[in-house]
Amino acid sequence: MNRATFPHKFLPYLLLLPQLAITVVFFYWPAGQALRQSLLREDAFGLKTQFVGLSNFKRVLADPAYVNSITVTVVFSIATAFISMAVALLLAVQAEKVIRGKTFYRTLLIWPYAVAPAIAGMLWLFLFNPSFGTLAYPLRLMGLNWDPLLNGPQAMTMIIMAASWKQISYNFIFFVAGLQAIPRTLIEAAAIDGATARKRFWTIVFPLLAPTSFFLLVVNTVYALFDTFGIIHAVTGGGPGKTTETLVYKVYNDGFVNLILGDSAAQSVILMVIVIALTAIQFRYIERRVHYG
Amino acid sequence: MATISLKDVRKDYGRNPVIHGISLDVANREFIVIVGPSGCGKSTLLRMVAGLEEITSGTIEIDERVVNQLEPRERDIAMVFQNYALYPHMTVFENMAYGLKIAGKNRTEIAERVSSAANMLELGPYLTRKPRALSGGQRQRVAMGRALVRDPAAFLFDEPLSNLDAKLRVQMRLEIKALQREVGTTSLYVTHDQVEAMTLADRLVVMNGGRAEQIDTPMNVYLKPASVFVASFIGSPAMNIIEARVAAESRGVVVAGRTIDLDHLRLHLPAVGAPVLFGIRPEHIAVSETEKVDLLLTVSAVETLGADALAHCYFEGGKKGRDFVVRLPGTRTVRVGEHLPVVLDRAATHLFDPESKKRLN
Repeated sequence: MNRATFPHKFLPYLLLLPQLAITVVFFYWPAGQALRQSLLREDAFGLKTQFVGLSNFKRVLADPAYVNSITVTVVFSIATAFISMAVALLLAVQAEKVIRGKTFYRTLLIWPYAVAPAIAGMLWLFLFNPSFGTLAYPLRLMGLNWDPLLNGPQAMTMIIMAASWKQISYNFIFFVAGLQAIPRTLIEAAAIDGATARKRFWTIVFPLLAPTSFFLLVVNTVYALFDTFGIIHAVTGGGPGKTTETLVYKVYNDGFVNLILGDSAAQSVILMVIVIALTAIQFRYIERRVHYG
Repeated sequence: MATISLKDVRKDYGRNPVIHGISLDVANREFIVIVGPSGCGKSTLLRMVAGLEEITSGTIEIDERVVNQLEPRERDIAMVFQNYALYPHMTVFENMAYGLKIAGKNRTEIAERVSSAANMLELGPYLTRKPRALSGGQRQRVAMGRALVRDPAAFLFDEPLSNLDAKLRVQMRLEIKALQREVGTTSLYVTHDQVEAMTLADRLVVMNGGRAEQIDTPMNVYLKPASVFVASFIGSPAMNIIEARVAAESRGVVVAGRTIDLDHLRLHLPAVGAPVLFGIRPEHIAVSETEKVDLLLTVSAVETLGADALAHCYFEGGKKGRDFVVRLPGTRTVRVGEHLPVVLDRAATHLFDPESKKRLN
């Protein structure tokens, strides 16, 4: 590899400065603030600040509401990641079979990705509003007592659907690319070896999609954990009760609604640890397994 | 063990015909090589037998059973692909066992059949490796092994050696031949390499532009090519084919102002003065040692190959660009510009119709 040589020692640093400044101002500074805040206690009127060590963490981790929120997050993330990936894979496999108008189908399937999270949330909210929702009516006709405003599991189902729906397009693009990278002769060889279409998919196509699937699994988990705030905020606001309050939503709720800054900061720090762990996994396994081009 | 029978098989892509009706009967244990230039439809034909391409019209029978509508898996065939198509996520053993596992064979039988195939192909030490840890030649063997373990009615080979280097190709060519003799499975083999075609085949199918120009044993294809295309495609260097006219009294043909008497072909010659294509292979031309001279040539270039030398010549007084190749013993030195008086082997002369390009004699 060629090493670029600079005429001046400081020039390379100078060129990196804008990017570094952005990272410092928008990432390290707030992260540092959160870390600092997580060790402090603010009085209700903001007049006094006291160093309390790790007691914020102790209280947060012992709080049943926090444990509930972990459960909610795990259920929501796994369901969202699974549904959005499964549906995307199904669509990608079906789209592979289309011969005429392939690009047209693909374009249509990619569109939902362009919809902002809050807008997507509002769409689902209106469609499934118990009193005037277009799709709530048929649900009720089918004998389902549809009321996500009061029924926790129904509210959860709704945000999972909304969050999955938005992510399907993204996953779809990756699966289509992944499928195209599998040589046709492999599938033909399996067909001659006696495998049915279903068998070919599970024994050849699916294992060969593993790098793509694994990458998407991590991306989707991170998406479900952090990027779904807008949807939850628009659709359920964490309710009814706390049945759809994920970790990220609780950080926001405790910090900006209930103004318990210490607890909220401690929760942010815990979230940060989770992100770092997930990123580490991503770098350890994906970098090794995904071959670009 | 099975016969394969193709009856007027056609293939169109939309309104574009690519296979124009091919009929072929393959006997049990026979090794058939389909040879032709790229784009002649030979791979398409093989893929139609495999069930990977639909048949537009005609019928294909394997073991006296019409397979037109059958899925590849129902046809009891095995195929070796040009790029080997090994499953990259499986070990060599799993690659070879895949078909057997799907067929529902039990573990002991699978292990037995894989290990016996692995022994035949000397793959024993590599059974636990993944394909990416193998050399090109080893991958080729695994692809062969995968076909072999299934003990199918027929083997289909789609240019299996073209990704190998020249030396390995010669070695694998011999091994494939020996293997097929040993197991005796009916085989269809597609290649663009005429040496492979000649050495492997019991019978050759020479294809051009979606038609089978000739179906015959390699020696008959060499000795009596059915058309100008076959004549120039089989044999290296290619046969010299020259425009000529039928000589007076049908004694022979006139080439570059000289009459070449072809008494034994009198019955096959068209009317006196009619144009005809006259063919002779470079190896059937010799430098004249006597008074008798058929053609007088001037050497324009020489290729020395060791065992023999190829003299590229043009006719005395003719245009320089027209190439007429003579194969000479390697021991005879020729120089550019030298005049060569040559005689032609009468038994190895070929006559073709300039219109239909078909053989006349």
